[in-house]
Amino acid sequence: MAAVQTSGERALNKVAIVAVLLVTIIFLAPIYWIVATSFKPRNLATTIPPTVMFEPTISPFVKLFTKRSQLRSPPSAEEYAAAPWWERVVFDGGEKIVRDGKGQVQWSGYPSRFLNSLIIAITSTVLAVGMGTFTAYGFSRFKVKGEADLLFFILSTRMLPAVVVAIPMFLMYRAVGLNDTHLGLIILYTAFNLSFSVWLMKGFMDEIPKEYEEAALVDGYTRMEAFFKIVLPEAATGIAATAVFCFITAWNEYAFALIMTNRRAQTAPPFIPSQVGSGLPDWTVIASGTFLFLLPVAIFTFLLRNHLLRGMSFGAIRK
Amino acid sequence: MAHIQLKNISKTFGNHTALTGLDLDIADGEFFVLLGETGAGKTTTLRLIAGLEKPSEGQVFIDGVDVADWGAAERDVALVLQQYSLYPRYTVRENLEFPLKPKIRRLPDAEIKDRVDRAARTLRIEHLLDRKTDRLSGGEMQRVSIGRAIVRKPRVFLMDEPLSALDAKLREALRTELKNLQIQLGATFLFVTHDQIEAMSMGDKVGVLNHGRIVQTGTPHEIYNNPRDTYVASFVGSPPMNLIDGKLVNGRAVMAPLNFELPFSGGAKAGGATDGRPLVFGIRPEDVYLESGAPVEARVHDVENHGVEKILTLRVGDATLRATVPARTDVAIEQAVRFAWNPDKVVLFDKGSGVSLRHAS
Repeated sequence: MAAVQTSGERALNKVAIVAVLLVTIIFLAPIYWIVATSFKPRNLATTIPPTVMFEPTISPFVKLFTKRSQLRSPPSAEEYAAAPWWERVVFDGGEKIVRDGKGQVQWSGYPSRFLNSLIIAITSTVLAVGMGTFTAYGFSRFKVKGEADLLFFILSTRMLPAVVVAIPMFLMYRAVGLNDTHLGLIILYTAFNLSFSVWLMKGFMDEIPKEYEEAALVDGYTRMEAFFKIVLPEAATGIAATAVFCFITAWNEYAFALIMTNRRAQTAPPFIPSQVGSGLPDWTVIASGTFLFLLPVAIFTFLLRNHLLRGMSFGAIRK
Repeated sequence: MAHIQLKNISKTFGNHTALTGLDLDIADGEFFVLLGETGAGKTTTLRLIAGLEKPSEGQVFIDGVDVADWGAAERDVALVLQQYSLYPRYTVRENLEFPLKPKIRRLPDAEIKDRVDRAARTLRIEHLLDRKTDRLSGGEMQRVSIGRAIVRKPRVFLMDEPLSALDAKLREALRTELKNLQIQLGATFLFVTHDQIEAMSMGDKVGVLNHGRIVQTGTPHEIYNNPRDTYVASFVGSPPMNLIDGKLVNGRAVMAPLNFELPFSGGAKAGGATDGRPLVFGIRPEDVYLESGAPVEARVHDVENHGVEKILTLRVGDATLRATVPARTDVAIEQAVRFAWNPDKVVLFDKGSGVSLRHAS
């Protein structure tokens, strides 16, 4: 490890560091741009040349969460003075927040879409990983007739591109009343992720020595107890890695969500760009919506990072 | 403690036959060693007794009861494996407590603590109790594994090559410890190994397994001195028994390809050995000795110095023969020596079947 480095190696190291930095910058630039835009005043969002230095404002986020309408005339001085700070930033942009008859602030569609995304992605991830774990355990530990064919069949469900099945799925969903429901998307995403989850978990299950459970069986435990007490904790790394992948897939899914949902169960991905449609697009609001949308995956991945570091190698360097 | 019996056991996996017509009888309180090469079916036998596999044919009896319908949990056996029988997420104490906590025979907490402490004291691992098992050395791990077995006071201990992953010094030490432990507990042990030294030094009885069949069962002494066939003769003993093709001519052993003769007085013991019948002569290296007036001349091909003794490889014509001689014997490679054997110790095998003539009758 701590071998003496030659000057050649040291130079090579420096080149490598520069290369890594460059790649990192290239990859992070769009994310930086989203974050930066979501704090810009509207008039600086699309300037040429791009604005890099600016005074950050919270107004895109206020606009993101509220319903607004264009101001025909600037607000009166008392109106402006009576408004809370977050309403003033909207006034400054030439818009006002829509209120109902009782003066309650009207929410935009974003919070409910965001909540839909969370419900659908989390539920389908739990289902896909849970069922995948059990299925993988069965395939890994027991002699299943036609195991290879079954596994291939499971994988083959993933081979059709989403676009091909989208229209038939839409027609079927409409027939059974599943379109624009949470359950509909949950079933769809679970089915979509299941093959992936089974295959990934099978790899992890195969890595866990079967001697662990056999020792427990001989010691007087049932197969179920052995599974929950011994196998599941050992598979935690694999479960974490699989869960992250399934969650990202479900969270980011766009095509099905666009076709299958329009209001009640609509998720954030089709909603965010739909705001572009009316009037001039407010890129700062779209950027702030995207920024918040990126957070759950980032947080989820961050929380599971220790498991992922070992899990991402797909068992290759497990001790 | 228990008496284990296997009757006419066969086991096939798909089209691979692991065991055929296996009979085994392990007495209560016996240290039985199942000896065989990798793939001979030792582990399968053990797993059948543990209830982790079901026999394709035949029956397993524990204390005279057919246990065909008993699961692994009900058989009340303990299993010690070469590796992987400890849970890496648990401490040593938790590992030792684990076998005492299943629902079907959960013990009271005080009893668990007492048994764990007692086992830890017996195996001298008290100082390790709070350590995670992945921070143990190989020897310590195997001690804990054995501990996991003894806390439960099972009816039988099944050990699947528990010492094979350890280094030589440790293996020797644990061998003695394990044997002492068995005597102390008075327990029935079934110990599986491919190491014939372990089998010889630990077993009350040894069963030699080859290609899914028991070739010979007996005390280590019987197995060593009176092997049933050439397989046992060549498998047991280090270096193994010399096996030389030849025939008897007028009370003398005439070696066919080696072209030498030795006196053979064991005619009485030889049973059906008639003159001219093709035979294999088996002689242990320690029963071959060097002597200046001995009948056969050979060249020293190789010398292995083991400290207490030297193992010589002698060359006669283009064949070789091993001899164990005292370490003080002064020999050099390519030196010409003369040797003879102890004719009483020669075992005769039928050339065709490989079976010892003493066992054939």
